[in-house]
Amino acid sequence: MNAKSTYHLSCPIPKTEYEHILMAHGGGGKLTRQLIEKMFYSGLGNPILEKGHDGAFLPSIKGEIAFTTDSFVVDPVFFPGGDIGDLAVNGTVNDLLCCGAEPLYISLAFILEEGLLMENLWKIVCSIKKAADAAGVKIVTGDTKVVERGKGDGIYINTTGIGRILPEQNISPENSCEGDVVIINGHIGNHGIAIMSARKGLKLNTHVKSDTQSLSGMMMDLFNKVPGIHVLRDPTRGGLASSLNEIAQSSKSGITLYESSLPINEGVRGACEIMGFDPLYIANEGKMVVILPQESAQKALAIMRSHKEGTESRIIGKVTSSHPGILQMETTIGTHRIVDMISGEQLPRIC
Amino acid sequence: MKHIDEYRDRELVEKLARKIGKEVTRNWNIMEVCGGQTHAIMKYNLLQLLPPEISLIHGPGCPVCVTPIEMIDHAIALARLDRVILTSFGDMLRVPGSISDLLTEKARGGDIRMVYSPLDAVELAASNSEYEVIFFAVGFETTAPAVALAIQQAKKRNLNNFSVLVSHVLVPPAIEALLSSADHRIDAFLAAGHVCAIMGTHEYLPIAEKHRLPIVITGFEPVDILMGIFHAIEMLEQGRFGIKNSYSRIVKPEGNQKAQDLLKEVFVEEEREWRGIGPIPLSGYILSDGYSNFDAVKRYKLKKGIAADYGSCMAGLVLTGRKRPSECINFGTTCIPERPMGAPMVSSEGACAAYYKYHRSSANLQ
Amino acid sequence: MCLAVPGKIVSIDRSNPDSPMASVQFGATTRDISIQWLADVKVGEYILAHVGTALSKVDEEDALFTLNALREMGEIE
Repeated sequence: MNAKSTYHLSCPIPKTEYEHILMAHGGGGKLTRQLIEKMFYSGLGNPILEKGHDGAFLPSIKGEIAFTTDSFVVDPVFFPGGDIGDLAVNGTVNDLLCCGAEPLYISLAFILEEGLLMENLWKIVCSIKKAADAAGVKIVTGDTKVVERGKGDGIYINTTGIGRILPEQNISPENSCEGDVVIINGHIGNHGIAIMSARKGLKLNTHVKSDTQSLSGMMMDLFNKVPGIHVLRDPTRGGLASSLNEIAQSSKSGITLYESSLPINEGVRGACEIMGFDPLYIANEGKMVVILPQESAQKALAIMRSHKEGTESRIIGKVTSSHPGILQMETTIGTHRIVDMISGEQLPRIC
Repeated sequence: MKHIDEYRDRELVEKLARKIGKEVTRNWNIMEVCGGQTHAIMKYNLLQLLPPEISLIHGPGCPVCVTPIEMIDHAIALARLDRVILTSFGDMLRVPGSISDLLTEKARGGDIRMVYSPLDAVELAASNSEYEVIFFAVGFETTAPAVALAIQQAKKRNLNNFSVLVSHVLVPPAIEALLSSADHRIDAFLAAGHVCAIMGTHEYLPIAEKHRLPIVITGFEPVDILMGIFHAIEMLEQGRFGIKNSYSRIVKPEGNQKAQDLLKEVFVEEEREWRGIGPIPLSGYILSDGYSNFDAVKRYKLKKGIAADYGSCMAGLVLTGRKRPSECINFGTTCIPERPMGAPMVSSEGACAAYYKYHRSSANLQ
Repeated sequence: MCLAVPGKIVSIDRSNPDSPMASVQFGATTRDISIQWLADVKVGEYILAHVGTALSKVDEEDALFTLNALREMGEIE
């Protein structure tokens, strides 16, 4: 109840005649119009969106364009640290940043389940607005469809993102080479553990919050001040291990991780120990792996640490030529082992 | 985390490794029975620290790996029934039976739910009285008491919609079976510390004396495992046999008496098929007469089936320590974790899967 | 074979005599664990948890003794 009342102070729900989403809200008629105007325009409005065309008219962008798409399905829709709304914006923004691009525009396509509480939709729209403002992107076009009750998890969001590639950066997974260092901007595994604990099944009680956040501020600063970044990757699904494996494979170089340098908070560690999970494979939603030459590392670290998204930034590994295509880990006890791609999803273990 | 981090200490690990190196004078084969230990050995690559004289043989102690195909087929048949919620541990859901696995059955529409604890399955039965809730129970003596407790609670609460497909297996008969084969090459055992936390140490003394070898009760962290190996080597080099408790902060000689009493009340021992190994006398549990109402096999009149693994799978040889996973022709080629041909590749504790995951091209890593 | 994890008891609920439970902390995550077979455990003590049940108490004195012995263990014999 508390959350609800504080919510109302900052983001009053527009008056609609319906408490729930009806099939007719996706029918293209009056109710659809009402929903668009009262929810989406009033929540997300800007001149481009409010033109109300079938598509957005964007001003010309100088240079190469980064174009990305992503779909967001999350259960539960509201989770500790965020909701599907900011998750969708942050995820799209961070994908553009990984391309070495300045994020500019986002489209949103909603698939709503009949019966979704209007109030919940409004909460999600408000967090979309907040996340978009924080990242400096505009929501310029969108779509709404409604599926029958029981045929969706309340809400799915599909996005596309457009950004301007910064000509001074040339970022690609193939670029990592011997002598590079691997940096991450903070603790790993928080999003995945927050979601798992929010679900009823495992009955874990933890304060771990999702790390969903836009990395725009930190990354744009880094782009401006540190030329020659080789690789960027946001380690979302599949976790840090999957991202680094992909980079090792596409660059045909080896990566060595230092287990003792991995930032993992005690909530995530505890949950992983009980369930038999490996935090290296747990999803993150506000992390960036930065791979760049050793000589730029200290400068990059200083810049990253000066932003709230990167106060915990640190070097967690190095790129080497000695085991091409393979991610290996120097364990806490000084031995070395392979860190493989995950096969299937992680399931709690008894043994 | 207290009682974990101290046992992942690099200095202690290196010290123990040096002690082992100094102690050993000839070749020894040591079997760690437990899949959890195999997993830790691979995850920390403890092999890198051991002198070449020591070979670790990975034993059959992966409960989901040795669960017979017949039982998985039973679970699948149950999951296909209307108004049934089938529950089990997460790592059991992936293991293939003869025709399918439980994750695939879930995708096909079966109501299959992963639980952390059998006690959670009882709660599920209590809150879903219109459904039959079945728990597919696998595991060794460590896990069986929790299942016994769940069944006992269901009985006390008159939850008639709860039943259990029991596939528990017991360690000492398996060790005895391994040692009874003429061509085994095991010089010492690391016994599973968590099984002994329940059962105590007394069951292992007769085995150690009969076969004149050391059995060292061992924990699961790098320091624990190296300590177990050190104690085993010490006994071997001195020509001693018997049992040694290297995990005394957890394991007391008498074990957990109350849990043992509960096991005796709820279960009786009988012959059990081990996947990849075959039938072993008195190596499994079924429900005792007082609790047979909760037996899913009886309640659903499940018929005995027959099923075998793929012909060229060497699971039996791997599980009994006669072959290393990498010596199998299917390893890493036709048999991978996504498409396992046999038991030890199906769960991450299985020797083949652990080898595949952590150790596949270790030559590159030296 | 069996993933069992040491955790610290932060509270105990014996209100249901058939099912005594403890809230057990692992790192900074807690979960309810049955203490059915450990009648005398107290808040602050460590137990070993497996699939929702406490298998045994962690013997602090023994743990300390073993670790000290390991740390002090001479290398030349």
